[in-house]
Order: sequence, then structure tokens, then C-alpha cells
Amino acid sequence: MDFNDTPEEAEFRAEVKAWLAKHAPGHELPPGATLDDADEVARGKAWQRELYDGGYAGILLSKSLGGRGGTIVEAVVFDEEEKKYNLPKGPYIGIGLGMALPVIGKHGTDEQIKKFVEPTLKGELTWCQLFSEPAAGSDLAAVRTRAVKEGDAYVVNGQKVWSSWAHHSDWGILVVRTDPKAVKHKGLTFFVVDMKSPGIEIRPIRQISGASDFNETFLSDVRIPEGDRIGAEGEGWACCMTVLMGERLNQGEEGRIEALMQYAADTPMEGATALDDPAVRLSLATAYAEERAAKYFQARLRTMVSRGENPGALAAMMKLTYASRLQQTSGLAMEIRGMDALAPHEDVIPTRQLWHDYIWSTALRIAGGADEVLRNQISERVLGMPGEMRADKGVPFDELK
Amino acid sequence: MNFDLAEEQKMLAEQARGLLGKQSSPDRLRELIDAGAEWDEPLWASLSELGFPGARIPEEYGGLGLGDLDLGVISEEVGRAVAAVPFYASIVCAADAIQRFGSDEQKEAWLPRLACGEVVGTLAHAEGRQGWWPKSSSVSCRAGKLSGVKTPVGDAGIASLAVVYCAYEGKPALALVELDGETVERRKLDGFDQLRAHYALTFKDTPASLLEASVGDEDGLRTLTDRMSVQASFEAVGGAEACVYMARDYAMDRQIFGRSLASYQAIKHKLADILVATEFARSNAFFAGWASDNAPAELAVAAAAVRLSAINAYEQAARENLQVHGGIGYTFEADCHFHYRRERTLAITLGPRQYWADRLVTHVPGKQMETA
Repeated sequence: MDFNDTPEEAEFRAEVKAWLAKHAPGHELPPGATLDDADEVARGKAWQRELYDGGYAGILLSKSLGGRGGTIVEAVVFDEEEKKYNLPKGPYIGIGLGMALPVIGKHGTDEQIKKFVEPTLKGELTWCQLFSEPAAGSDLAAVRTRAVKEGDAYVVNGQKVWSSWAHHSDWGILVVRTDPKAVKHKGLTFFVVDMKSPGIEIRPIRQISGASDFNETFLSDVRIPEGDRIGAEGEGWACCMTVLMGERLNQGEEGRIEALMQYAADTPMEGATALDDPAVRLSLATAYAEERAAKYFQARLRTMVSRGENPGALAAMMKLTYASRLQQTSGLAMEIRGMDALAPHEDVIPTRQLWHDYIWSTALRIAGGADEVLRNQISERVLGMPGEMRADKGVPFDELK
Repeated sequence: MNFDLAEEQKMLAEQARGLLGKQSSPDRLRELIDAGAEWDEPLWASLSELGFPGARIPEEYGGLGLGDLDLGVISEEVGRAVAAVPFYASIVCAADAIQRFGSDEQKEAWLPRLACGEVVGTLAHAEGRQGWWPKSSSVSCRAGKLSGVKTPVGDAGIASLAVVYCAYEGKPALALVELDGETVERRKLDGFDQLRAHYALTFKDTPASLLEASVGDEDGLRTLTDRMSVQASFEAVGGAEACVYMARDYAMDRQIFGRSLASYQAIKHKLADILVATEFARSNAFFAGWASDNAPAELAVAAAAVRLSAINAYEQAARENLQVHGGIGYTFEADCHFHYRRERTLAITLGPRQYWADRLVTHVPGKQMETA
């Protein structure tokens, strides 16, 4: 075990630091500023282009696909250094790199790879995810959006939901039903879809946060050329699994609980500060211990990955704990501050950050594997306990209640 | 960066697990309790033959000269088996205190004998209701003589040597005391943990030799307890993992309302959460073991963090393991109670959670949120 960089890692880190010092400051966002969406996307694309030109776009993507072909540790090192700058890194870039490219790289044709990989790495193409539906969330394979083959195209009808930044995305990754007679996982097919296609209507969802970064996307007689199908008909579920694998390895954040300790220290209490209160100390210290544990647990997972081992459902532990910790500690911090946290002076940014965290944590506990789904995965795949009893097993989709 | 145990450490763990699994089975534990035994002496002999007690003791004093993480993987296996051996008292506590604060003569006199398991030592720090580590000890050391009462002291019935936390010229200090003389009264207490006996030790002008370097070194003494915390946490991780799998195995076997008990989400989700807590505690333990050897400046926070997470994990695991077993878990014949009791020993021996929360908060470096 060695938590320090190896000489090669140290060399890579020095190289990255130097590169970032030269290129990152010009792309940094002004602290605390809220940008309009279009401006943010433009900045995100510009930073991605900078990364591409520097040879740092798609560090983990193989060289044959146009990536750097680097190691997981290099990706981690780059990430650690990049995080030191306040850069525009929205889902419109992340979905392309983390979801669209892996699935196109693994299941796509040479032509599709050629068409999509380089422009995405360059930040020229942004992506959104068209997976969930009103009646298909945790049970994703229950999607009802239908694609029917007509000549050399598929005609798609249905409704998708929770598509982040769909209103600013060039392309979407889409899973739909092509065979309702098959059992539900088997009747699915995967596509990429041009978001400017006729028949696509995007409606923003008014979220509890007040923002609208998620959308409902309605597809009415949308024609998708056959050439934009990824993999064969019926391979949609396998493609989804490739996408979702990438979603879970990178959860968590460092330094949050330290910040909450400072927040408590900045809250007067009985002639001292809230951080001097034993109950507050114990709660924050316990949360800090968990945050550190997550960091070292993630390091263990990365070590596994760097050896070619698949951490599988172990990775679910990161997301499961992060979302709950975010909710619990941001809620706790508001209590620590007291009534002032309900309506602080306009310039108190940390309290507003807590509001954001407390609200956002609810979405995080649901998206990309709800708490309950993750607990099932851990108990079934790590502990080897029995799967859930399923009423839909072996039943053709169109016969399900 | 490589965040996994080395091959040698995995082998060490496997060796320890194999031996403990064979010689310290639950039936053996029941036998020891029924016999009112103080400890598992043959098991200690077997562990000693393989050199485990001397793992972290330097080679010049007859040990293997391994590190904190190596010792940790052994502690974890001891915890998994709830083994009735004085590994914690003698090696994690007493030997480490001598190694860190003893003179060359003291080290030469005791470390080789502790390393080979021939002598058992213990560390007497608690003083009844005054707490696990009172700010000023009521046991005084004057002119080579020790007087006062330490209680409770783990494994003091089988130990012939105690490192005693005391006051010397008004300063905190550690002193070495041989327990076999007539000036020490050892009284066995009716204890909660049936596999780790606790004693009250009364010293009356008992000959003692100060560990000179410890006198007044409050930071050094805290570091000693940090190091104890790291090992006790490894022990708790081993215990917690044993509980998770014991509960899983029982649930898999047990049929209820026509299906496996393990198929209920109430059980699956409970065990998933405890497994997460255990793996997270293990991750903190890995770092703390590594920091203890390689990054001493980070030890205080790492020891406190692993303490809090390991106690939480083992506490949940020990309680819910028994719960998953249902009525059978309440019987002496089931194996849940060994952990249920040992968990309290590990949770309480090193002081309250609040001590570790304080230690963590006061040592966390720079806070990041802008001043509100």
C-alpha cells in the first residue's frame, strides 16, 4: 500500500499541473456567479476543446478511438488537479464523454465511431440521455417509447423524462422498445438521435430547486435513420448496462465536511461557537470519518480497476453513501446555524449552498440508481443474497399488467 | 498510488485466519467460557510459534520488525474470531508503550519476551469512574514505588507485566510494574466480556521502573492511544465482517413464510448497509495503518476517523446479526453473543466517541468554506 504518487505518477502530475496553470485560468468561472445556460454550455465546450488540444480529453478512452489511452490513475490525477480550478464541467459534456462515447466505442460501427467520437472529444457535440420515462425509472426496462421500422428508418413515438440539459444538447442517447412481444429486457434497442430532428419537443420541468435543468422530451413520429442505431435490434439493454457502469465510479466529493466545520465555527453559540458544542462535534466528526472512508474506499476501487478487476456492485457503495451524507449533513448544518439559515442576509453564500445541497440531495438519492436499488445490488451481487421476486419474469412485455 | 494490501500482508492475514479459524472456533469459545478460563493458552502458544506477537517488535528485540498495517491485518483476524488471547493488551498496548518510551535496558529486558509470547503484558490506564484515561492519575510513582488503584485492567490475570499510567512529580507518566510480587493485589472483576477478563489492580509501594521518555509527554501518550485505536479498529472491522456473513449465512438457510429469510428486503437492505459501514471502516483502517507508519502528522485525524467509523460498523453489525437470527440468537448455543459482548469492550475501552470527535475536530487541517 502506498498512498503517495509513484515516480511516474508524480511526473504525470507535474506535467498536468504545469499544463493547467497555463491553460485553465482563462476558462475559470467567476466565483458565485450564475450564468445563463447558453453561456455556460459555450464555456463548457471551449474548455473541452482546450482539453482536446492539450491531449487530455478522454484520458481513459483508448488511443484507437482517439483518446489518450491513459491509466485510471492518470485520470484520477488529472481530475484531482483539474478540480483545483473552477471550470465549466456540466452534464452536457459529461454525458457525452462518460456515457455516449463508451457505448458507441463498445457497440458502435466504425462509421459511427468516426462520426461521433472526435467531435465529442473536441466539445463540438453535446449530449443528453433519453432513458427514463414516467413509468420507467428504477425499472428502466419498462420503457414504452416505441420504435417501428419503416424502410431505412425507425419511427419513434413516446415520452422521455429527466433528460438533463436536453435543451442545449446536439444529440441524445436513446433507448426504446422495438419488440413488445419479447420479454421486456430483450425487446429494447439503442439509438443516437439528433435533437434537432422534427417531432422532438423539449419541455423544461419545473423542479423543486426552482431551476429547470431537467426536461421532458416528447417524441412524435421522429424518424431516426437506421445508421443511428447502436448495436443490433434487441441489444438495447446491454448498451444501457455499458452506460450505467460508467455512471457509478466517480461519485463523491472531498472537503465538504471540513467546510461544514468552518460553518459551525462561524456560528456563535453561548459565548463560544457551534463547533465547540459536543453534539455538533460528534455529528460532524462522524460525517467527516465517513467522507474520508469514502475517499479511501474509492482509492481501493481504483486500485482494483487499475489491475483489470471489475469492482461491480461495490461501486454502488460510493453513490449510496454520498447522496445520503449530502442530505444529512446539509440538513444538520442548517440546524446548526439555526433560524438564520432559513432566511439569511443576502450575501451569505454558504447558507445558500446548503439549501442547494439539501434540495439536490433528494434528486441524487433517486437518479442513477435509487438507494433501494443500490441496496438490492449490494446484497445480491456482493453478499450473494437472493434476487427480488419478480412478477414480470419471462412474460412478454405486451402481456404485462 | 496503490491502495490495497501487499501480497505478504494478504498472506499474513490468511495464515492468521486459518489458524484462528481452526483453533478458536465458536465451540472452543463456549468451552472456554464454560470452564471459566482466563484465556486460550494453547492458542497463544500457537500464535507465538508463528511469531505473531512479535510482528511489530523490531528485529533487534526478537520481533519481525513489521509495520502497523501488518499488525492491523492480524488484529482484524483476532477480532473476527473473538479470540481469547491478550494480543491487544500485550502487543498493541504494552509492547508498543515500551518500544516508544522505554530505555534501551527496558526494551532489552522485556521486548524479546513479549515478542515470543513468553511474557504477557497489559496497559493499565483506566481508573474506575474517573475514566479510561484520567487527566491526572491518582496512582502515584515516587522513588521507584507505585501506589494506587487501576481498574478495570484487561487481561491482568494472565499478565506478569503491566505498563501503568500514573503521575510522577505531578506529570503524566508510564511505569513498568511486575505483577507477580506481593505488593500487587489482583482482584478479578465480574466482567461483561466473557472472553476478556478484567481486574482491579491495587499497588502498595510496588517496585516500578519509570518509562523516562513518557514523563510529561502528553502528546506522545495521545499518539500511543491513537496507535491503539488503529489496531482496536482493525479488530472491530474483523468482528463486524464476521457478523455480516454470520447473519447472511443464517438468513440464507432459514425459510420463513415459504421463502428464504434472505430474500426479504428488510434483511437484505439491513445487511447491505452494514457491509457498507464495514468496508468504509476498513478503508479508514487501511489509511490509518499506512499513516501510522508513513505519515505521522496525519495519524491523529486518521486514528479518530477510523475509531468513529469502526465503532459504528461493529455496533450495528453485532446488534443486527443477533436480530437477524431471531430467538436462536438469544441462546448461548448461537454465536452472536460473542460479538455482541466484545463489541462493547472495543467500543468503550478506548474512551468515549466524544474524545475521538474532539481529537478529530481539533486536528482537521484548513477549513474550506468561506467565512459566513
